[in-house]
Amino acid sequence: MALVMNSENERLQHQRRFSGDLIGITAIVAIGAIGYFVFPDNLALLTRMITIALLVLSLDLVTGYCGVATLGHAALFGSGAYAAGILSAHYGINDPLLMMLAGIAAGAIAGLLSGAIILRAHGLPQLVLSIALIHLFHEFANKASSWTGGSDGLSGIAPDPIFGLFEFDLYGQTAFFFGMTLLLVVFVLLRFLVRSPFGMLCRGIRQDPLRIRAMGGSPMAALIRMYVISGAVAGVGGALNAISTQVVGLDSLSFTQSAEALVMLVLGGTGSLFGALSGTVIFMLFEDYVSAANPFHWLTMVGALLIAVVLFAPKGLFGTAAAFVRRRKEARA
Amino acid sequence: MQTVFSIAVDALAYGMVLFVISIGLSVTMGLMRVVNLAHGAFAMIGGYIASYAARDLGLGYAAAVIAAVVATIIIAIPLERFLYRRIYGAPELTQVLMTIGITFCVIGIANYAMGPTLKTIPLAGALQGSADLGFRTIPVHRLFVILCGLAVALALWFAIERTSFGVKLRASVDDAAMAAALGVRTEIIYAVSFAVAVGLAAFGGVVGAELLPVEPYYALRYMVTFLVVVSVGGAGSIPGALIACLLLGAIDTTGRYLMPEFGEFFFYLAVIAIICVFPRGLAGRVK
Repeated sequence: MALVMNSENERLQHQRRFSGDLIGITAIVAIGAIGYFVFPDNLALLTRMITIALLVLSLDLVTGYCGVATLGHAALFGSGAYAAGILSAHYGINDPLLMMLAGIAAGAIAGLLSGAIILRAHGLPQLVLSIALIHLFHEFANKASSWTGGSDGLSGIAPDPIFGLFEFDLYGQTAFFFGMTLLLVVFVLLRFLVRSPFGMLCRGIRQDPLRIRAMGGSPMAALIRMYVISGAVAGVGGALNAISTQVVGLDSLSFTQSAEALVMLVLGGTGSLFGALSGTVIFMLFEDYVSAANPFHWLTMVGALLIAVVLFAPKGLFGTAAAFVRRRKEARA
Repeated sequence: MQTVFSIAVDALAYGMVLFVISIGLSVTMGLMRVVNLAHGAFAMIGGYIASYAARDLGLGYAAAVIAAVVATIIIAIPLERFLYRRIYGAPELTQVLMTIGITFCVIGIANYAMGPTLKTIPLAGALQGSADLGFRTIPVHRLFVILCGLAVALALWFAIERTSFGVKLRASVDDAAMAAALGVRTEIIYAVSFAVAVGLAAFGGVVGAELLPVEPYYALRYMVTFLVVVSVGGAGSIPGALIACLLLGAIDTTGRYLMPEFGEFFFYLAVIAIICVFPRGLAGRVK
């Protein structure tokens, strides 16, 4: 009897997860389509949003799922961007997919490096290590100006048409659809990842690393692996940024970029892929709107928004909304 | 030799400014466990008020310093009461979000109220010019900053080690719940330490305005430096913070003098090395 109920439950849960996936994908496509039809002249903003969303998703993997506090995640993003850009600008390899692969590889390597350093400490020292790391990356890219263009930025990136068919046009149509496709693929893969036994292990480490070790798991190895995966995801975002804007600036490796990514993640809600996505979209729309409406006060407004979120929606906007919906459902049941 | 000497004086003065500003952060972080990224903003507010008092109201330097410290504390008390008190004990990420938000607000308001230009604080006549040490001359202002740093260190040491307030403070740092159970009014201890920390930040911001110029993005630019210093020293430790400030001040100043093209490369390299060797800071205690 119990067995039957278990399998029944499992089937239900499975169905619910699957419908969750489906709703998620539909929501992303729908929001993308709305954006496409509402801002047809501003596809560059939408593409930028997608690249940052990939960065925030990647940050969510280490911060939300593993509990690693970092203010240096743009190091992974920037490495991907520079790798893709250097491949095109210095080696003349202009195939977008190869550039993407280079970005993924460079992001993963940067992830391995940062993970090996950042994971040595906990709490405040960990935060400071990540800050020091992003500054080192930044100074290094600035110094190696023959490769990276230094503070002038890396230009001369000219991606070929995708599959030789879709050329990158002036209006950013191709870049937008390329970005949407990448985002969907990454999203689906990450949904699988965070539900896999490995994803569960990472959540367990966040909650109680000592207990995981007592059960025979190795928190350090798992976290480093997650860092590498996160680096690959950030690398996708970085490479997409290099391909779509055809220039890579030092700001993609900056502390400000890292801090903004963290703000977006916490704003949306950590530990959930939807939280990462919604935080990015809301923050960037808000920033775009406010900085256009009132360029003198936009920083004050952003600050006030952050304080308001901490006071009234401590789990992030998506996290608080999800909790509210769950409470409503339970009340009805 | 001349270079070595001037590097040493500048490094010492810079380290002392860092110390005066970040010691308050170190104490509050050790006490309330709040990652306060807005600490630099208070130093900036102090600098602005002193500049306003000295240039627009025509007060003397000493009066401007006192006005800056008092006014910054008055601004900070409602912030502590209504915003900070809600995030004591909250997860680090929440604290980071809230304090970055406060920093952004302060920057935006400062930019609006005081304008985006650099503000100077006119020095008192006695602090201008240079002092003759017999074999070298050094700017009097540097000497003044170094003396201020030493005075603050001594005063804090005395207050924390020798007074009954210090005893209660140390008890609350070690175990807030137990201290409260023994009758220590921890919320008063928290408020007083926060006010002292903010006052010291404002003091450091004014005194160090020659080395860390006051402008709206001050709060963001040096936020990381203060956090790094506290973390390297070990939160809550005065000797640790002093050693960390002098060490990092020396590394940063030397790097700027001898290899300016590398920027802050060596500073952050040193930070990573120190934290990897001492994950709890130079004077951190094992919990």
